[in-house]
Parts: sequence; structure tokens; C-alpha cells
Amino acid sequence: MLHIKCPHCGMRSQNEFSYGGDATVKRPELNKEVIDQEWDNFVYNRVSPRGKHLELWQHLSGCRQWIKVERDTATHEIFNTYKANEEIA
Amino acid sequence: MTQSYRIETGGLINRNKKISFKFNGTSYFGYEGDTLASALLANGVHLVGRSFKYHRPRGFFGAGVDEPYAVVQLYRNGETEPNIKATEQELFEGLEASSVNCWPSVNFDIGAINNFLKIFLPAGFYYKTFMWPKSFWYKIYEPFIRKAAGLGVASTKHDKERYEHKYEYCDLLIAGSGPSGLASAYSAAKNGAKVILAEDKPRYGGSLLTSDVNIGNQSGKDWADGIISELKEMPNVTVKNRSQVFGYYDHNMLVMSEKVSDHLPKTKKYHPNKRLWYIRAKEVLISSGSIERPIVFGNNDTPGVMLSSAAKEYLKVYGVLVGKKPLVFTNNDSGYESAIEFKKHGVEPIVLDSRSNPQSEIIDEAKNLGINIKNSYVVVAAQGYKKVKSADVATISEDKKTLGKIENINCDCICVSGFWTPTIHLASQSGNKTKFNEKIDAFVPGVSKQNETTLGAANGVFTLEETLKTSFEKGKELSKKITDKDNEISIPNVVEKKYSKHDKFWCVPLPKGKTYKRFLDFQNDVAVSDVEIALREGYRSIEHVKRYTTLGMATDQGKTSNLNGLQLVSEIENKVVPSVGHTTFRPPYTPISIGAIVGREVGKHSKPTRKSPIHNWHEEHNAVFVDAGVWLRPRYYKRGNETLFEASKREAKNVRTNVGVCDVTTLGKIDIKGPDAAEFLNRVYTNAWLKLPVGKARYGVMLREDGIVMDDGTTTRISENHYHMTTTTAQAANVLSHLEYYLQLVWPELNVNVVSTTEQWAGAAIAGPKSRDLLQKLFPKTDVSKEGLPFMGYVEGELFGVKARIFRISFSGELAYEVNVESDNGRFMWEKIIELGEEFQIQPYGTEALSTLRIEMGHVAGSELDGRTIPYDNALEGLLSKKKDFIGKRSLQREAFVAEDRQRIVGVIPLDKKTSIPEGSHLVKDASAPLPNKKLGHISASCWSVEHDNPFSLAILKDGKNMIGEKLFVMSPLKNKVIPVEIVSSHYVDPKGERVRS
Ligand SMILES: [Zn+2]
Repeated sequence: MLHIKCPHCGMRSQNEFSYGGDATVKRPELNKEVIDQEWDNFVYNRVSPRGKHLELWQHLSGCRQWIKVERDTATHEIFNTYKANEEIA
Repeated sequence: MTQSYRIETGGLINRNKKISFKFNGTSYFGYEGDTLASALLANGVHLVGRSFKYHRPRGFFGAGVDEPYAVVQLYRNGETEPNIKATEQELFEGLEASSVNCWPSVNFDIGAINNFLKIFLPAGFYYKTFMWPKSFWYKIYEPFIRKAAGLGVASTKHDKERYEHKYEYCDLLIAGSGPSGLASAYSAAKNGAKVILAEDKPRYGGSLLTSDVNIGNQSGKDWADGIISELKEMPNVTVKNRSQVFGYYDHNMLVMSEKVSDHLPKTKKYHPNKRLWYIRAKEVLISSGSIERPIVFGNNDTPGVMLSSAAKEYLKVYGVLVGKKPLVFTNNDSGYESAIEFKKHGVEPIVLDSRSNPQSEIIDEAKNLGINIKNSYVVVAAQGYKKVKSADVATISEDKKTLGKIENINCDCICVSGFWTPTIHLASQSGNKTKFNEKIDAFVPGVSKQNETTLGAANGVFTLEETLKTSFEKGKELSKKITDKDNEISIPNVVEKKYSKHDKFWCVPLPKGKTYKRFLDFQNDVAVSDVEIALREGYRSIEHVKRYTTLGMATDQGKTSNLNGLQLVSEIENKVVPSVGHTTFRPPYTPISIGAIVGREVGKHSKPTRKSPIHNWHEEHNAVFVDAGVWLRPRYYKRGNETLFEASKREAKNVRTNVGVCDVTTLGKIDIKGPDAAEFLNRVYTNAWLKLPVGKARYGVMLREDGIVMDDGTTTRISENHYHMTTTTAQAANVLSHLEYYLQLVWPELNVNVVSTTEQWAGAAIAGPKSRDLLQKLFPKTDVSKEGLPFMGYVEGELFGVKARIFRISFSGELAYEVNVESDNGRFMWEKIIELGEEFQIQPYGTEALSTLRIEMGHVAGSELDGRTIPYDNALEGLLSKKKDFIGKRSLQREAFVAEDRQRIVGVIPLDKKTSIPEGSHLVKDASAPLPNKKLGHISASCWSVEHDNPFSLAILKDGKNMIGEKLFVMSPLKNKVIPVEIVSSHYVDPKGERVRS
């Protein structure tokens, strides 16, 4: 079970969180004309890398904030966690 | 019965307390502190089971967790548990156990015929033989294998025992209470670190219980006892025996199984049977010790052949002689320790040492005691079927390839020592890439992967002095990092015997013309010849060899067999052992009860049960409840001998003719506040929300980004910047997360807050033609007339002094209202409604009637909004705004979603107007078409229409729009039904919606 540092609450066990997928996906702006490819990339297509992955988790049984977690998908090592609006270097 | 193999004095058992037990129906006795194994051995019982494949007689091989044979079926307090290691099971009064793997009895076993046919059962036998013909599998092969080859039998009864889970955090978790565990725990504890010390056996001390050493002028055991009692007094230390750390998971999470009650005749009141500890440790010290390796020789699985260290443990801990004419077969000095113990107790051992001229302190001691030592000697084969009777022995050449003339020596047990294998499982589970240590012919942990440190014998350190020194230092160093304290510990003086080098020899060659089975894996009957076959047949990877031969599989996980298997592969393949590599160690290290893994989450406790504040009233009025997600909801209120069908029909009919009331507290409720709330709703829902006035409700549908309907419900504008959203019971949690996702991540610029208020409000739906009359009585001061509170209107009112929210919304198609009050007033509200509703013939109705009402009016719910349908499919396309963008809108342009013959909701009536249609049935054009019959759609929900008094269903049907009036067939292979049906509109009642607006 992972140990995730919620930037709002501190170190918490994985079972307080729910996974939310790739954090680098950006929703196309509202009312913007988008071609099929761009929309499909947003809705369906994911890279699923082996290694570093910036992903979303929600601290569901805690502060309910969505956070960003930089995690290694192979080793489960967590390098860093960020608030939703935090700039990521 | 006398215990002919128990010595007069000595051991750590309590001789003042006799314990009687039964094995295979025969009564015996042992002492408090015995294991089942030691008590049986004291009684001279060596035959405990039959082997897995050949059903060869099985005795005891070890004295603890490494035991591959002595697996029994245990009976305790009316329960039975399979696959218990007799070497780990502590004796308790009234214990009963029986052999597994033998039928009809351990002494006469039909399966043993496999032993004489063993030429037909080589490696891969099961794969090869039972492959063909396929149809034989279920009828012939599988029953045969199950009968002949199973291990124990699981109970079919409900397990009455309780299992608990515990979550713990600590600075240092130390697995194993041998010298390295004790020393590191002690120095860490003295530095103020929070320490958990776990020992899988009942007694602490590990090897110190049996080794002849001196620490600080005390015996090893006395020193261990002293440390343990000091640790137990320290508030920062938790010391646990009977507790096996069996798994090392991510981020230094370890799981430990504590056997709380297995050593007792029955579990104490309020105690669990086992407790599973989930421990998050800052540092992990692995002090799990080492396990002695066997030497491979002919018939080395005969009862009476066992590890030399086990023989010593039975003698020193339990006061039991495993034999009276022991033969010790060793390639290192450890064998001499056992020989000396035998000699001290008046038994004459013979030592066969594969080495030609070993010299050391302990060998000198053995010689001085007059022990018969034969150098350059090996055991070629054990003789005897159910018990060792003698041994064929021979000299062996220096290159270990040539045997001398075979002699026969009388003996009743053969104690084998092939040197030591560090127990590296936990380190390996943590991700540590283990490395091969040539000096000890075994793998040891490499560079730490997580925060694990391996100490002592588990790390390949076999001298006590070095073990204690490094362990004291490591405990201090690691705790200092955490507590910043630096207490000096003086390391005690150690007296131990120096060992000479072991012999890199592990397998006795077969003499010419002999075909003895030489076993590598005792639990799975894997012999040297099986591995040879696997390699000959082209298996190269050790992982493949393992699976093909079953070497190192099953409950003992190859604790005694792995390394010898590797040695064999490396020899045949002419590769060095490290390049063969070992198979991956995975948790659990030892078998763990399913009950312990599940813990308290069984039956009703498998999920939380939520009850509405009106629950007790329902209970008092004969409600029959149903699980609705995590909620318990009344399904119907039973009157007399009514069936579900009769009751729900009555309740639904009463709504259509008079008035009914339904507890809708479980509906998800979300409070939405903020200046941008309207804009947010406008993006979340598919329809327009910017112009909804205060005091009005609106029905809305929300989509996922892929265009699929996520949920529906009404949202009411309570005041300028305040909305009250309702969701379906099932989707409440998902919808809240969904809203939070968009507010926090996608549109953080919107000034909106959302919070769940599901528990804060109790809700009652009042539905039926007489509902307005009732409402007027409930709220005499509020104008609830058609004009004062129109359809989709909202007012606040006072219910006999209680603040209430009144919504005019309908789920039933009738004139209807929903009243919400604060949860604490829920029952008050409900009783008032029932009381004042009496004159209008009010009846409460449950979820079954609720479903009937919504189905016959064609209102979609969870069974249509099933994660596979878009708004069009549910006839909700009228709610799709063309003017604005919303979540999921772009996806609705997808080709399949705009197809001419897109699926759509329809109504379905059986032609005979009698036959009920099973939910989930398929709709087909031709009932007699060959299978697979093309499915046109499926029945999503069925009811008995109270309006029309015949069955009615909703279906999602391909090209549903153009299918109205068509005749199709409903097929349910599950219920074996074929029903001719007609497709009709999904709005079966009041299609124009006049009643709700009346
Ligand atoms: Zn948090």
C-alpha cells in the first residue's frame, strides 16, 4: 500500500485516496472548435509510461482535494506531490 | 502410554502439565510447551502423512516454519483447518489432528501405488497426460487428481472465529528475535525509538535457544530472556511472539500475522483468532535467520531423515530424541552440535562427514567425547519404507564423483546438515536484488531497495560475535537517525566455538545400477531426475523449470529445496549458480488464513450500512428491506401474508388512486454555493441553467466527457447564489468527486463551493392525486395551491414548528411533492404525514412500488443510465442545449452516437399480457434463429403496470425510434423463456404529462 503525502494533510495511507489518471491531460477550452483527433486525445488516448508519471489523486477520505503525484509506475516510488494549482518545475 | 522418546529431564517444556491429544484417532499425551510434532516424536510417531504425488510415507523433516512434510488437518473447538504444520502447531488440551493426502489411511494408502508406478509420473506428467482428450478433464482427470492429490480439506461451514486488522506505525520493525533481532531492538529501544519486535515462534531467542554459546557470562538463552524482559518493560517497545512478518510491500508497509488463539483449546471471549498487523515502519531490520539445507541422497524422504538442526531443537527445546541410533550426515561443523547433544543424553551417534580431514574446536570436542566419526563418508540411500531402518553408506572420493564399496549401517534416524541458507524472503520482497555469496553457497541481500537492513544469519553472517556487534551498532545507528539520541551500549563478551569451512557438496551420486529417488523438493515430490528431464526437454529459465517440475511451489515455498534445485540446474547446465538466478520470492512467506486477510469485513460488515432517520419506523411497520448501495431501504411494507408482488402492486396502486409516501432520504444531495454557481451548473448539466429563477427546480442530466450519461436529478435554486442538487442514491459519491474535479482542476476560476448534504436532510416523497390535500393539512400557513406552488416550484414552510423545504417534483408521474427537514426531525415529519394522511388513505410505499411507478411512466433510472447510454438512448435529447457547451458535448458528435439506427428506449408488452419479462433478457427478431442469435436490445427494467394491469418493461433497443409497433421476441436463456412481445412507447402512463402538472 502506497504512502502518499497530501500537500494539504501530510503523509496518508493509499486507502484514503482515489486515483484520477494522467495529470498532464488538459481539457480543451469550452466553446472551442476541436478536431476529432484532439478530442480523442483528451478523452481516450493515454501514454501509460513505464517510469515517471504525473498523475491525479483525490484525497477522498481526507480533505477531498485533488492533488498531483509524481510516481514511478514500475517501482511505485513517489518523487513529489503538488497541490492542484501548484506550478510544477 | 509412556513417552519412550522423551528424555528424563531438560527442555523448555512444562513437565508438570500433561496435555492429552489425538492423532489419527489414537490418544497420546504431551506436555505444555510441546508442538504437535514434538509430542508425536516423543511418542515415537514418525509417520504423519503421505507425499503429494507418489504418496510415499512422510515424517518430520524440520522443527518449524520450514517443514515441508508434516502438514495435518486440525480440529479445534468444532472447527477444522487444513494444511497446518505440525511443527508450528502448539499442543493444547483436546487437540485432534489427522493426516492429509492419504486415503483410506496413513498406513494403507491406495495412492501409494503411484510410488510403484513412478516411472510413469515424471516431471510434467500432469501437463502431458491430462491434456487430451479435453472432454476427459472434468469427468475423469480432475476428480482423480482431486481425490488423489489434494492437501487438506477446507471446512464448508461458516467460520465462527473472529479476525482483526490492526494498523500500526513504528520507527523500527524487527522481524525475528534471534541474536541479531534482540541486539538491534535493544540498542534502538535504548535510543528511544518506537520498536516492534516480532517473533514467529512462541519462544523468543531464535538460535540462542539451542546453541551452546555464552554471552556476557550467561548462556545464550538466559541472555535472550534477560533482554526480552527488559524490552517488555519499555513503553516504546512492542514485543510480539507467534507473529510472522510475512509480507514486505510498497513504501515500507509490512504485514504481520499474529496467532492470538491457535495455541488454545478455544478462542477466549472477545479475542480474535488471528490479528493481521499492517505496519508502516521507518526502518525495517530483517533478522529472520537461516534454514539448514538438506543433502540430497537416495530415498532421502524416508520418515526418520531430518535436518540435523531440527533433531537438536527437538532435544534441547522439547527434550525429545528423534531416534536412539542416530546417524548424522554432514558437510560442515553444525552436524557435530547435534551429535554432541545426542551423546550428552546417552545416545551413541555416528557422524558421516563428507570432508576428508576437517579440523575444528567442535570436532575435537566430539572426538574427546568418543563419538564415532567417519570422514569422507556419505549416505548413499536410506533403507526402510515407513521409517528409516538402516543406511547404505560409502566412502566418497575427493572430487565427490566416485563412491566406494557400499556398507549398511543400522540406524533409526538420519540427521542431515548441508550448511545454511539465509532467509532472504523479506529483503527480496522489498525489491532488493539479492546476490550470490560464494563463501556460503547461498544468496544474500544486496543493496537496500526500501528502508530494509538485513542482519546476522539472514545476511550470511554465521558467527555470533560479529552478529551481535553489527546488530547492536545497526540498531543504534538507525534509531539515532530518528530520535537523535546516542546512548552507548556495551557489547557483551561472546564465547562461541569457531567453525571450519564447510564442504561445497550437496548431492550424493547414484551408485551404478541403482535407481533411488533422490528428492530435492519434499513437499512436491520433485526428484533430481525430474529436473534432469525438464532440462533435457528444453526448459532453461529457472522460473520455467519451477513450474514444469513444481520445484519450490506449494505451502513451504521451497524453503529447503530452492538452493539444491539451483545447484542441480547449474551443474547440468554448466553455469554458475548466480547466472541461473533464483525464482522470485513473493508474499506471503508462510500460508496465511483467508479469514485473517478478510478480517472483520465479512457478512454485514463487508460494507457500511446506512440507515435513514426514519428507519426504525419502517422496521416497526413490517418493512422488508433491500440493499440500495450502502443504504438499507424499505422494499415494501408487508401486510399479512402478502408477497413482494402483491404488496408492491397494492402500494403502487394506492399512489395512483390516493396518496403514498416514500422515504427518499437516501437520494444524494449536494449544496452548491457561490456567485458562479449558475455558470458552473450550466457547464455540468446538458440543459440551460442561467435563467432558472429563485424558488424553481429543474431536471438536469450530466454527462461524462465521453458523452455517456453519468447521472440525472433535480436542482433547485434556493436563493440567488445557493442551489440544492439531488443525485441518484448510487451515484452520489461519484457526482461529488466529479464536481470537485472540475472546480479544483479544470475551472478553478469559478467561485463555487460544493459540499455533500445527503445526511443533513431527511426526505419524504408524497405522491398521488390526493397529495395536495394532504400537503395543505401539513402546511396550513403555506400556499400550496396549483398557482401558489406550481410544477417544479419550491417553497419553504413550517411543519408544526419544524422548518421544511417543499419541492414540487415527481418521480412517479403523479401530482407529487418532496418534503425535506433536518435529519433529526425526519421521523417527526414522517409520523405527521402518516397521521394527517390517514383521511386520504395514505400508505407508505417502498422501492419496489417506486420502481413500478417510474417504469410505467417511462422515467429512466440507474438500469437505463448504466454507463453505456447517451442522452438520445434515453429519449433525453430534448435536454441537450444547442446554444452552449457542456461537459461531454463534443463526444456526442461521434459517428456511432449519431447513427440513424442508434439504440433508444422503448416500452415492451408481452403479447399474452400475462407473462412477466425477466430483466436482462435479450430482444431478438427470430426466436428460432441459430445461435448466436443476433441481439437487438435488452430489457432494462420490468414491472407489473398497475395502471394497465399487465406486465410492462423498458428496453434499450437498436433503432428503437422506428420499432414502435413491431413484434419481437424476448429471450432469456437463464430463465429458459421465449416470450413474444410488442414494442410500444416508453411512456405507458400519462404520456402527455398532465397529471404531474395538475
Ligand atoms: Zn488531504
